[in-house]
Amino acid sequence: MAVLKKKQAVKKSPPHLLGIQDLSILTIQKILESSLEFVELNRQSEKKLKLLNGKTQINLFFESSTRTLSSFELAGKRLGADVMNMNVSNSAIKKGETLIDTAMTLNAMHPDILVIRHQDSGAANLLSQKVNCSVINAGDGRREHPTQALLDAMTIKMKKGKIEGLIVAICGDIMHSRVARSNIYLLNMLGAEVRVIGPSTLMPNSIEKLGVKSFTNMEEGLQNADIIMMLRMQTERMDGSYVPSTREYYEFFALDYKKIKKAKADALIMHPGPMNRGIEIDTNLADDINRSIIIEQVEMGVAVRMACLKLLLLEK
Amino acid sequence: MKKKAIVNVRIIDPKNNIDQLGGILINELGQIEKSGPEITKENVGDIQIFNCQNKIAIPGLIDSRVFVGEPGFEYKENYRTLSEAALSGGVTSVVTMPNTDPVIDNVSTLDFIKRRARDKSIIKIYPLAALTKNIKGEEMCEFGLLNLRGAFGFTDGLRCVQNNRVMDHIFNYAKNKDSLIVQFIQDNELSKNGVINEGLVSTRLGLKGIPGVAEQIILDRDLRLLNEYKSKYHASLISTKKSLSIVEYWKKRSLQFTTSVSINNLSLNENDIGEFRTFLKLSPPLRSEEDRLALIEGLNNSLIDIIVSDHKPEDEESKRLTFQQAASGASGIETLLSLALELYHNKSCSLMTIIRSLTSNPAKLFGINAGSLEKNYPADIAILDLDKPWVIKKDNIRSKSKNTAIENKKLQGKVEKTFLNGNLVFDNK
Repeated sequence: MAVLKKKQAVKKSPPHLLGIQDLSILTIQKILESSLEFVELNRQSEKKLKLLNGKTQINLFFESSTRTLSSFELAGKRLGADVMNMNVSNSAIKKGETLIDTAMTLNAMHPDILVIRHQDSGAANLLSQKVNCSVINAGDGRREHPTQALLDAMTIKMKKGKIEGLIVAICGDIMHSRVARSNIYLLNMLGAEVRVIGPSTLMPNSIEKLGVKSFTNMEEGLQNADIIMMLRMQTERMDGSYVPSTREYYEFFALDYKKIKKAKADALIMHPGPMNRGIEIDTNLADDINRSIIIEQVEMGVAVRMACLKLLLLEK
Repeated sequence: MKKKAIVNVRIIDPKNNIDQLGGILINELGQIEKSGPEITKENVGDIQIFNCQNKIAIPGLIDSRVFVGEPGFEYKENYRTLSEAALSGGVTSVVTMPNTDPVIDNVSTLDFIKRRARDKSIIKIYPLAALTKNIKGEEMCEFGLLNLRGAFGFTDGLRCVQNNRVMDHIFNYAKNKDSLIVQFIQDNELSKNGVINEGLVSTRLGLKGIPGVAEQIILDRDLRLLNEYKSKYHASLISTKKSLSIVEYWKKRSLQFTTSVSINNLSLNENDIGEFRTFLKLSPPLRSEEDRLALIEGLNNSLIDIIVSDHKPEDEESKRLTFQQAASGASGIETLLSLALELYHNKSCSLMTIIRSLTSNPAKLFGINAGSLEKNYPADIAILDLDKPWVIKKDNIRSKSKNTAIENKKLQGKVEKTFLNGNLVFDNK
């Protein structure tokens, strides 16, 4: 009953960022435009703003992460918020506390925004129903990773000047990838032609109904592509259960100088990281400054996350 | 007990294909003395009379897949709370699953629950014992001894025997003891970590799917083994269209077996899960609309014999988790009939088909002396208002666990009165 009363006391649910699926094209454009300002800011030596002074941001990470966590931490700090990182993967959860109890505990400390990463799909949605602050999904299971897709779109836009009409090929383990899903939704909304490429054992059921063309042959899928997004291939999936071996996977699905010839001459390579060099991508190609924009993605990440924090906290 | 009569009622008795206006006379022993148009208010004499204008009398329902918490999970459901829930839904007999703690896989545990049921339950309890010891799927249980002590069949309930050699021996040995094998049909490896039907919805929600083939492969295996040994076999909880074509294949070849379907799979589909509604996390999972329609068709073609509630009480804590971690199953015994009547109201099935699958068909399968309004049957009767509208509210649920899959759903048709052995044990007024 106590829970019920608390729920009723919440007058208006604060805005959340749980997935690209929930966003309107207008909101997306707003985030991308606002990110542009922060890209400029981040390149200056004086980076600190006071926009979020007095606001508290808690990064609640149930799964380990380096780049997403540090990116969110920097984004909050540069906007002036008080940021706390909670690495829950080795604390309360191990003692048997449920996600909701952890969330309620943090909620009692009155944060303004909770950034959550969790291994279960739908965890951010569940959390958002139980707390009365804004929630950002920093990756839930294999469902969505909206800020990754937004930063990817931002990177493409910076490099190509547009997204509409581009051919984007997402390659690798589509089945287990939240990055792939969020990117499919977002790039479709922005007018790109989205393709997915990978072995059929790593292709989710009915994926084409999400508005993509799927390929099991890399050369075919890469034909005329403008952007090639490589996904991380988890080594534990290469033990014969999804694909026969690392070397077979490398032969047919890793991006190398031979396969990339099928794409447009100015095609660019992206990767959400962390990369497995020599498994999904040729190591020299990954570092090719004419091709790879992986480092730019990291840069855009901070700016996009600043834009998201600003949008949720200041433009309610 | 005094004699009594139910008069002015539409009698539906699927065992004898009866659908007529009349009355039911109940004798001093709580049995049906007579039923038919000749029983009227005027000619039964000076006894207690229940005048049921415009209502329907059906045999008390038999719910053939029910999980009770005793022993081990009393906080989820006990025999008393189960009885109250059941009677309000017109259910007078239940077939219970052995997935308790400890598992009902030996004579003394079976004795224990029979005694508990005798002392605490109002409704009639027909326990199934485990098919394999500790439901591990490795060694078969003592079918003969458990039969002697009153097991009505054998099942691993929530689990399915995977090992083909073990299953082969079970089919073979069960024949000696005339034992009924009830199998939950699902391949463990193909359904591993799966929580939802595999398809567009699982892809969109990012949840691991359970493909239909996980069900079909076991159904196919079991029916082939059955064809070798011709034992008694019941396939629990068919959920896919393709499974029905396997059933049809073997029925056409005159193989004798029965099948059941959960009311949830007949009424809901995967889209109802929406944004991670854990109360709709079920096993087998809710499938596609195409599958749902095929299941209704299967019921109409007698490829499916029995509708069950698959009543699985779960406390709220086990549901207030992420979809991956949440317990599966829904409480449903008290809404079984009303939800099934939705199939009648939307013209999917005839009333006779629905009632038959909830009364005479399960009675026949498990050898239960119930499920008909014929002379000498126990007077287990539900009086039903076919059109009464109502809404399912969590707070009104009588079961100890409130995990209904259909909260706030509008239903049409409700049980008004339930008689058990001639006694009025539930009255909605």
